Amino acid sequence: MPSTESILRTDNLSVYYGTKRAVTDVSLDVPSNQITAIIGPSGCGKSTLLRCFNRMNELIPTASTTGKVYFHGEDLYAEHVDPAEIRFQIGMVFQRPNPFPKSIFDNVAFGPKINGFKGDMAELVETSLVRAALWDEVKDRLNASALSLSGGQQQRLCIARTLAVKPQVILMDEPCSALDPIATLAIEEVMRELAEEYSIVIVTHNMQQAARVSHYTAFMMTEESRTGILAEYGESRQIFTNPRDERTEAYITGRFG
Amino acid sequence: MLRGDFDRSLMELQNGLLELGLLVEEAIVKSMDALERRDLTASFEVVKDDEHINRLRFKLEESSIDLIATQQPLAIDLRTLIAVLQIAVELERMGDYAEGIGKVSMIIGDEQVFEPIDDLKRMSNYGIEMLRRSLQAWVDRDVEAARQIWDDDDKVDSLYREVCRDLFSGMSREPKRIERSTHLLWVAHDLERIADRATNIAERVIFLVTGNTSPDKTDATGTG
Repeated sequence: MPSTESILRTDNLSVYYGTKRAVTDVSLDVPSNQITAIIGPSGCGKSTLLRCFNRMNELIPTASTTGKVYFHGEDLYAEHVDPAEIRFQIGMVFQRPNPFPKSIFDNVAFGPKINGFKGDMAELVETSLVRAALWDEVKDRLNASALSLSGGQQQRLCIARTLAVKPQVILMDEPCSALDPIATLAIEEVMRELAEEYSIVIVTHNMQQAARVSHYTAFMMTEESRTGILAEYGESRQIFTNPRDERTEAYITGRFG
Repeated sequence: MLRGDFDRSLMELQNGLLELGLLVEEAIVKSMDALERRDLTASFEVVKDDEHINRLRFKLEESSIDLIATQQPLAIDLRTLIAVLQIAVELERMGDYAEGIGKVSMIIGDEQVFEPIDDLKRMSNYGIEMLRRSLQAWVDRDVEAARQIWDDDDKVDSLYREVCRDLFSGMSREPKRIERSTHLLWVAHDLERIADRATNIAERVIFLVTGNTSPDKTDATGTG
């Protein structure tokens, strides 16, 4: 378990879609200002677990959870907690870049506007784009359509859009799977820089990416009737050079999964 | 490359490592026999054949680098490749010590070698035994067997000190023995280093199994 302070924590968390259990009894500490990777074979519940961190799973009608998720030690699923508010504090970047069919500027300004942001919007947009390492490429065409950007640029725009609402945590669901290696490296560099200020949880199929970019790695898997168990969690260095659990060893060396 | 092909490549690489170990063992045995029997032809062959050992080491190195570059190995695969690279260097250096003994033998020429040839032979026997056992521990992935090799290194070290003492006292008693004794000091040093290198191989076995890069003598499980 990470030695640094945790920002998110699950306690015996299980997630069901109808009667089918997709995540089973996961207890996991997500450390502050670190990058935590979740790896595992398809269908092992990693994206489902990720969505629990900002209550996005609630948008799926049949989904239900048991167990607890804590954000700064507070029950994230308590009745008084507003999921929309939580999703600003715990933002998400998706597999495929999904900019709005609006200008680059409006994409970044969208969240703050609906949040009632009263400050200097131009400055906020610039800061967000700088942090997402996109500013230099778009500063002369902020009014151009976001859809005119390349895939890698669109994904960085989505990161800038997430940053504009000043989140504490950024969840990333395979953010590079639709990108080429150069665009992927650009996103990874952005992630490392953002980790100084934000806590990041990334779901990735790319083990080399998890090894390159993350501080901690959680390995999830499915075992007979138990779907979505957490098999091993530790420092990425240890997981990728010397995993303690033979199931992790088998998965990361390509012997199953 | 499919997983099965990768497994086969890893196996071939490890077989190559054991082949290198055998060549080195033969070189050490032959160098000491030749020294004892004053067989200069055999000594010359040891010197000349070191080339084979060097070539095989570089071949293993290239194969390891290819697999690292193309397979991006992790966990046990990564540790295996790193350990093969390191052990290949240890073995190649052991081959160099055998070559060194061959060269000393050629320098001594036709002169007979008496004392302390028995102690030197004992040192080399220990070294060869340590080499065999370290490679067996590699094959068996046996941490405990690897750890025991350290104890034998202590025996070689104390024999080395004994041989040095005898040679030094012989030199001070009989100054005309200085030149030959100095040559034999080199042999003793080479043999002491062979045992050290076998100990290094044992350490790499512990690394392979446990992931611990700097195991120490008291570290039976090597966890860390």
